[in-house]
Order: sequence, then C-alpha cells, then structure tokens
Amino acid sequence: MKPRKFAYIRPDTVDEAVAVLGEYGDDARILAGGQSLMAMLNLRLVEAAALIDIARIPELDTIRVAGDKVEIGAAVVQNRLLAWPDLKSRLPLLGALLPFVGHFQTRNRGTVCGSIAHADPSSEIPLSLAMLGGEVVLRSLRGTRVLAASDFQRGVLTTAREPDELVAAVRFPVAPSRHRVAFREVARRHGDFAIIAVAAMVEDAGAVRLGVGGMTGAPAIRRIEMNGGTAARDAIETLAWDLEGFEDIHASARLRRDILRRIGPVVIEEACRCAA
Amino acid sequence: MRRVNPDERAKIAFWLNGRRVSGEAEPRMLLTDFLRHVLGATGTHVGCEHGICGSCTVLIDGVAQRGCLTLAAQAEERAVTTVESLAGADGALNALQTAFQKHHALQCGFCTPGILMSFTDYFARNPNASEADIRAVLGGHLCRCTGYAGIVEALVEASRSGNPAA
Ligand code: FES
Ligand code: FES
Repeated sequence: MKPRKFAYIRPDTVDEAVAVLGEYGDDARILAGGQSLMAMLNLRLVEAAALIDIARIPELDTIRVAGDKVEIGAAVVQNRLLAWPDLKSRLPLLGALLPFVGHFQTRNRGTVCGSIAHADPSSEIPLSLAMLGGEVVLRSLRGTRVLAASDFQRGVLTTAREPDELVAAVRFPVAPSRHRVAFREVARRHGDFAIIAVAAMVEDAGAVRLGVGGMTGAPAIRRIEMNGGTAARDAIETLAWDLEGFEDIHASARLRRDILRRIGPVVIEEACRCAA
Repeated sequence: MRRVNPDERAKIAFWLNGRRVSGEAEPRMLLTDFLRHVLGATGTHVGCEHGICGSCTVLIDGVAQRGCLTLAAQAEERAVTTVESLAGADGALNALQTAFQKHHALQCGFCTPGILMSFTDYFARNPNASEADIRAVLGGHLCRCTGYAGIVEALVEASRSGNPAA
C-alpha cells in the first residue's frame, strides 16, 4: 500500500531538526532509517503530518568513545556499528546480537537509535541498552535531557520521549573485559522478529546479569546468583512465571515461557563458559 | 533545509545507473514508484511494499536497501543503482547473472532483481563469503518459485569465481 500524505522536511542541522519538531510536535515523525516507520506508513498503521528526515545530518552520524561510554548518533546505521573495528572489544554484547537485528538489507538503513526509539518489546538493541545500563540523549528546543534506559522504555512501543524531543544519541557503557556475554534468540526465520531473545553477562564470580526480550513490554533484567547446582535453572523457572509472557500472532504466552525455560540456562552456561 | 508540502510536487533529481535523471514527486511517493512510474525503469520489482520480500532492493550510494521503504525524496542527489545496470551495453550478462542462468536460479524472475542487487553490494564488501553467510543475506528475500537451492548454488559459484559483480 501507499502512505497517506505528509510533508517532507530534511533539516541540515540538529538545531533545525528540533526547531521543526517543536513546531509539529506529536504530528511529526522522525525519519532516520525508516525500516519500521516506512513499513507502518505504507500499511497506514500510522500517519503523520510531517516526516523529518535526519539521516543526512552529519553531527548525528558519529560513533564516539567518551570516557567509559560509546555514544552513537541518531543517523548511525546498524551495519556501520557492526563494522566498527572496536565493537567486539568495547561492546561485545552488541557484537553478539547485532547480526540478529533484521536482515543485511535492513541493517544497511536501520539505525541503532531508531530501534531504541521504536521500542519494540522483542527488539535486540533495546535489550542490549537495558542490559548494559545505557542512556538515551534527548534534544529539544528546551534543551538536552539524558535518561537511563530503564526510565526511557515504558512498555510496548512506548517511551518517555516528549513529542518535541529528538532521540539524538544513545550511550552504551563499555564493558569491563571480564564481562563475558552470550546471546540467543528464537525467531521463525533468522532476521524476523524474535519471539524470545535472551542475553547473559557474567558480572562477577558469583552472579550473572540476565536480560530477556519478548516476554514483557520492555526488556526484563535480573541478577542471578550462581550458587552452583540448579541455581540458574530454578531462577529461570521463577522468572518465566514471574514475567508471564504475552500472546500475539507469533506465539502464545505459554510457548514464550517454554522457550525462555529452554534457552535461558543454555545462554547462562555459554556466558559462564566464556568467562572461565 | 529541504521542505516539501504534502500536495506539492517537487522536482527530484539523482543519478540512476550513472545517468542524471529527474522527475516530479509528492513527498509520499516511494522510490520504487518513482523508478517505475516516473522514470520508466521497471527492472526493480514491487512485492509487499512493507519491507518483507526484498524484491524492491536497489543500491543507494552502493549500499543495498529496500526501495519500498525509501521515499523518492530520500534519494535526492544520491547514486541509485538498479538491476538495469548489471548487463553490458551489448546485453551480455555479468558473472552473477550468468551463474543464475546456469543454475536455474530463477523461474518467474520476480524476486531476481532484488537478490542480484543485494549480492552486488554484499560480494563487493565480502569477497570470501561462506555458504552460511550467503544464506543469511538471502534470508532478506522471498522467492515463491525455486525453493532457493538453485539460487544458493548460483551465489556460491559466483562468490568463488572471484569477481561476481564484474
Ligand atoms: S516490495 Fe519492498 S520488501 Fe517487498
Ligand atoms: S523466481 Fe519466482 S519468485 Fe523467485
């Protein structure tokens, strides 16, 4: 299908972008890679009075290491981050999960920030931001606001972004080298929406940080103490009941719990094996 | 700042397969429709129009992407490359196309232009792709005819031949 009518606005700077966004507010949509937005516009699931195309703004197309964080601008596409030479050493979790984000062709256009702004509950990138305790940088005419990942994503496709705010960048904390990671997901076909996505990171000798996407509106993060024996399995069993899961066209809540029970312990074991 | 109102038909110009082209489009016109209906370049196919099937794949500044998830206005002043660019001026097929022909990698041919364009970009960046890599990239396309076996064979052979996009 074809989208309904909208104005097309392509600002040259972030200042221009937030000025236009201030003018339109809720009636505008930010267009970066458009890999979710254009599909929704074509299907007429969303409409907008204006699309503000930020893909060509040079100051947003940057990957910067600032102290112990990596800041990724709103125009950086997923495949560019995947090809960043320091990715595996500084952000191993993203190195593990980015290949699962959509397909080669959609990662060529889809942005890292766009995925976070879109806030799909089964998306891999918001899961990694929550796992690492990252931040979202919001800009508007009123100034700059920095929110923790856990304060940003509120639920299914819902975030704390105000209508006049632009997600200008996200910041991922650099993992200490002893933090070993593992990631797995179950999808109908590689690159399709994950039914369940699970990430694990060994935090210190006795504990694992576990992140689960696809069970709840926003990624669920838990610290699991590894007291040997069946500790991991028991913790996941409790977690599966605790999170419940939801039902949609891809899977029932019960199937979601079942997948979590099966892949959760495997992912934890993988992360621990990496750390040994 | 570029600004086009909803009903306005703006002049859009870019390079298509090395040639300067232009035409008029409303902001909501998709690149696929601009190519096919305004410019008459019908090599690029349109299947689902929401990013699932990959038949609309074109290169923009050398990078493979969904034409149906791109506005014509987003291609302004860019270099767009489509399947029409692959064969020589005399109609001689390139190595990738020849491999498709040899391995019967197409039946109706609907999905073919998109797959050829994806791998034109992918092989240029990944000259030593494994079969697993090839299958992962092919995952971004749907083919309802072939069952994919011939497509994978053609792509593996093209990849091994060294310069598939030549
Ligand atoms: S027509 Fe573009 S992906 Fe199907
Ligand atoms: S050859 Fe017919 S869809 Fe692929």
